[in-house]
Amino acid sequence: MVASNTGSSSIGQRLLFWMALGIVFIFFMFPLYWILISSIKTRAEVTDRVPSFFPFIDFQPTLTNYQELITGETVESASGVQASGSRAEFRDRLINSVITAGISTVLAVGLGTLAAYAFSRFRIPASNDLQFFILSTRMLPPIVVLIPIYIFFTDLKLQDSFAGLIILYTSINLPFVVWMMKGFFDEIPVEYEEAAMVDGYSRLEAIWKIVIPEAIPAMLATAVFSAITAWNEFVFANLLNRNYASTVPPYLNSIVGVGAIEWGRVAAGSVLFVIPIVIFTYLVRNHLLRGVTFGAVRR
Amino acid sequence: MAENSLAPLAGAIPPAKRQRPRFSWLTDRWIAVSFLTPTLLLMLFITVFPLVWSLYLSFTEWSVTRDATTAPEWIGTENYVELLGDSRDGERTWERFVITGQFVVPAVTIELVLGFGVAMLLNRRFAGRGVLMTMLLIPMMLSPVIVALFWKFMMEGSGVLNYFIADILGLSPVGWRTDRDTVIWSLILVDVWMWTPFMMLISLAGLSAVPKYLYEAAAVDRAGAWFRFRHITLPMVMPLLLIAIIFRTMDAYKLFDQAFVLLGQQGGPGRAGQTAALWVYEVAFSEFDTGLGSALGYIMLLVIVALANIFIRTLNNLKAEQF
Repeated sequence: MVASNTGSSSIGQRLLFWMALGIVFIFFMFPLYWILISSIKTRAEVTDRVPSFFPFIDFQPTLTNYQELITGETVESASGVQASGSRAEFRDRLINSVITAGISTVLAVGLGTLAAYAFSRFRIPASNDLQFFILSTRMLPPIVVLIPIYIFFTDLKLQDSFAGLIILYTSINLPFVVWMMKGFFDEIPVEYEEAAMVDGYSRLEAIWKIVIPEAIPAMLATAVFSAITAWNEFVFANLLNRNYASTVPPYLNSIVGVGAIEWGRVAAGSVLFVIPIVIFTYLVRNHLLRGVTFGAVRR
Repeated sequence: MAENSLAPLAGAIPPAKRQRPRFSWLTDRWIAVSFLTPTLLLMLFITVFPLVWSLYLSFTEWSVTRDATTAPEWIGTENYVELLGDSRDGERTWERFVITGQFVVPAVTIELVLGFGVAMLLNRRFAGRGVLMTMLLIPMMLSPVIVALFWKFMMEGSGVLNYFIADILGLSPVGWRTDRDTVIWSLILVDVWMWTPFMMLISLAGLSAVPKYLYEAAAVDRAGAWFRFRHITLPMVMPLLLIAIIFRTMDAYKLFDQAFVLLGQQGGPGRAGQTAALWVYEVAFSEFDTGLGSALGYIMLLVIVALANIFIRTLNNLKAEQF
């Protein structure tokens, strides 16, 4: 009993290992699978007393739910059930989500990178306090600032506007960007810029031509995390928006709230909403550790 | 400077001829100021200012809907006395924080144990490891609202979970969202599903960073599996696990989205699953008791500041030990 790698372990151990892995896999993947297949069932099949699990074997898959969501028209009108919202509401919400998440991410990464550079390279008075202040805003329960933000968004007519939501998401992501990017900048040797400046570059030129190109991959990874945060945000979007600027998460929650729940449509909406996240997660898989710990864990 | 440290910049050596580089009038001081100002202003506008306002409101009796035209009425510490005193509201505050604790402690503990366990499983070579890992990480990247909706669907009275439990296992169906004693566990289940991957990811980073030679040395000394775990693995992974625990505890304490979607703002039957954040929301945006809601928010804030302080001290101690 010395080594513990799979190569030298007994068949029993290996069986146990794969069984454990199987259970883990099923526990974490089943909900995703369930929502995926529910999205391709008919209205009746979704709520069947005895659920069907396998498309083509148990039930005939259909894209009706997706069609209804995207076009806003009720396909199965024969059943007499009215689809909530005759317009293509989901599509509008999705576009809103893309706009707010996109613009706020660009802003947050832009501004945050500058601040991070300053924290990383310059002697700032009370630097640690400022950094801690920025970090501490992330620990703040959103619910605490929700009340005053609700009030002054109403006063400033920022309710239900893209500007309001974008400002909000930018500032939600800023602390994250500052801390992530500071970590990355700290890893880029100061000597790079110093050498460039000795050779006749100004500081700003050195930043633009030497530091930023080095930092691009980090900025992209940071941007992906920021975009996901904005994309997923619910509390503020739900409270501050009515119609015009509303995003997907409050919308999906709201169609569950009224009347007979059309789980098929909710499932289809969730799948469409989640696909970009899955793709993004795959893209940043090597930075995940850093991203989810605010840059606290770097390996 | 050593020549080799400049190797990556071979193509970027600036023209040495130029006399005055562009923007050279911008001193470092100005650059620092202009780089920092936008961020700090925005943080001021969106956090400090609201916090100060909220503090003021917490000492007033005011409703943003009913008293929109009148100024908030200053009532001193009355809100806090009401929320922390012996009254019915005082009891409710205490209950909500107990509920929050009943959620946070089991949720984070299960996530830690399960996540570490899965990380131990994954910390070896096998076919499909990379794909499997990426798939397992998906839950924590999803929107809490979408996750809660998934589970709400599966937790329906005649949903798929109860199908497994009642029709396949032959047990009595569970009232996931309707049984007072169960709702907290439903919240925990959803949280565990969503955040165990986080613990797994961090544990795995810790595990893979343990130098192989330590295990080799232990093997030479014929150390047992438990000894290796207890004296090599655990101490090496501990600092990272602590960071993970801190992150999770803080986030779980703030739990709002999932509970709001899964149980509604009252937290299910008899408010059995109404966490502190849900209660703040109900007071502030359903009863529209803005002053009281602000005070409640501040109590939440003070608790998390205390928590954060304890955590930061723990981390600093840890760092001091390491270096």
